[in-house]
Amino acid sequence: MSGIYILLFIYLIGSITFIMGLKLLGHPDSARKGNLIAAAGMTLAVLGTIFLYKNEHGKAIGNYLWIFGGLIVGGVVGTLAAKKVKMTAMPQMVSIFNGMGAACVAVMSIVEFTHYGINHPGANMMNGQVLTIMLGLMIGCVSFSGSIIAWGKLEGKFGDFALPLGQIFNIILVIVMVGLSAYIMTMATANVTLLYVVVAVSLVYGIMFVFPIGGADMPVVISLLNSFTGMAAACGGFLYNNQVMLTGGILVGSSGTILTILMCKAMNRSLTNVIIGSFSQKNAASKTEAGEKPPVKEINVSDCAILMSYANKVIIIPGYGLAVAQAQHACHELEKILESKGVPVEYAIHPVAGRMPGHMNVLLAEADVPYPKLREMDDINSEFDNCDVALVLGANDVVNPAAKKDPNSPIYGMPILEAENAKNIIINKRSMRPGYAGIDNDLFYDPKTRMLFGDAKDVLQKLCTELKTI
Amino acid sequence: MESILNFIGENILMIYVVILSIFLGVEVISKVPSILHTPLMSGANAIHGVVIVGAILVMGLADPNDTPALVLGFFAVILGTLNVVGGFVVTDRMLGMFKRKAK
Repeated sequence: MSGIYILLFIYLIGSITFIMGLKLLGHPDSARKGNLIAAAGMTLAVLGTIFLYKNEHGKAIGNYLWIFGGLIVGGVVGTLAAKKVKMTAMPQMVSIFNGMGAACVAVMSIVEFTHYGINHPGANMMNGQVLTIMLGLMIGCVSFSGSIIAWGKLEGKFGDFALPLGQIFNIILVIVMVGLSAYIMTMATANVTLLYVVVAVSLVYGIMFVFPIGGADMPVVISLLNSFTGMAAACGGFLYNNQVMLTGGILVGSSGTILTILMCKAMNRSLTNVIIGSFSQKNAASKTEAGEKPPVKEINVSDCAILMSYANKVIIIPGYGLAVAQAQHACHELEKILESKGVPVEYAIHPVAGRMPGHMNVLLAEADVPYPKLREMDDINSEFDNCDVALVLGANDVVNPAAKKDPNSPIYGMPILEAENAKNIIINKRSMRPGYAGIDNDLFYDPKTRMLFGDAKDVLQKLCTELKTI
Repeated sequence: MESILNFIGENILMIYVVILSIFLGVEVISKVPSILHTPLMSGANAIHGVVIVGAILVMGLADPNDTPALVLGFFAVILGTLNVVGGFVVTDRMLGMFKRKAK
């Protein structure tokens, strides 16, 4: 009997490590420790469950071979995947892992449902246990298929696609999904066939939910699906009367929701806006308003190199284009060469630079850029005034002055990096294509601006070679 | 309907835990600098991998002759482990990059 009490105590410790882990993850200095603490708590909870668990009939865990087999397969594959993934592809990876967890809940719910009829012959289906099974199943399935679509979109495997009247179709799907689940609960016996219909509808809903959302909004969606999976896990906690699953799931569910909202705020958008996608429609309207523009002025690599080597200071503004071109190492190389010539270089990081908030910091950190060189927006904005060169690498909307000046612009009100205050602005882009918001950028036509067209990595490497000869 | 009420009554402590955890989750996250959003999301992602405990229960309590349950349970264990291990490792990798630079 004492074993089960030890297990309960272990679950308590597990829950505490999750809370502490999340808390510590919120500060740059302690974040890594937080992650390790939560991982340790998780290990403890898993081992405790395997060796100490007994159900109400005193039955202990069996099938050790299968369990350890699964743990080893999952552990090895998971570690390899996590170690090998390129840092630019990391958002996709998180999405895949999230999908796996969600699928785990869905599978558990299916097994429990099929067993329910056998274990409780003649029992009424209208009870809390079946309710949590159905909730876990629906949320798990939606989160699973949604995560896979989010992964595919970030990998560029699927484009944007929206059914006409997609929102209405989605609402119908939700009604069918919830209605069928409710109907299953009113039935006298566990109807497994109908359960699979619910699975199918939920999977389709997950797909339809994520598909119309633009690729650039995927981080927000992944964060949202992450909190969904947390809620599904909490349903599992209720089902098994398992405290560590319950607290872990709920914590992720609530903190994930808040994180999603914070991410939206950093982009000056609301969550409903992201999900319904009215943003892109508004852009379409403003795009047509764009009138005649003066021609942009280009600069070649050698002039650019000379300009930078005589600058009093260079501020680099990295954006999504840099991440796509995998140019973070070349960027660091350029920084080192400039510094060796006595030109101080700093990075201005917009809160949503890259694919998701904080992504750019991770990418540049990967390339060994010293942490203190990465300056946050509010901190560095005043320094553009006395800076000779602002080098914009694959960023667009985050330096668009329309966010400050044009109340009609869809990005009006979004905080931006004030690159326009620098004495010279060099913008590296592959083409004149508008950024993710789909709107024109007046900064390109600014008399102080020179465009440096080309792939970011390619251009940076040429700049480095050129600078070395000066 | 009555059995649902009974369920709530029997699990009232769990429901308290849920409510308090919701507030705790919100409180713990609300003052995070945006540079940590990505690692934090990834870390939270690993934590909901706690569903692995449920998968182990499914697997461990299944009748050794009940092949469908064994196979599904086995899948569930693999999926859950991928979530936990992958999640923590990728978060650690991300954060490792920050830490090295901070010195």
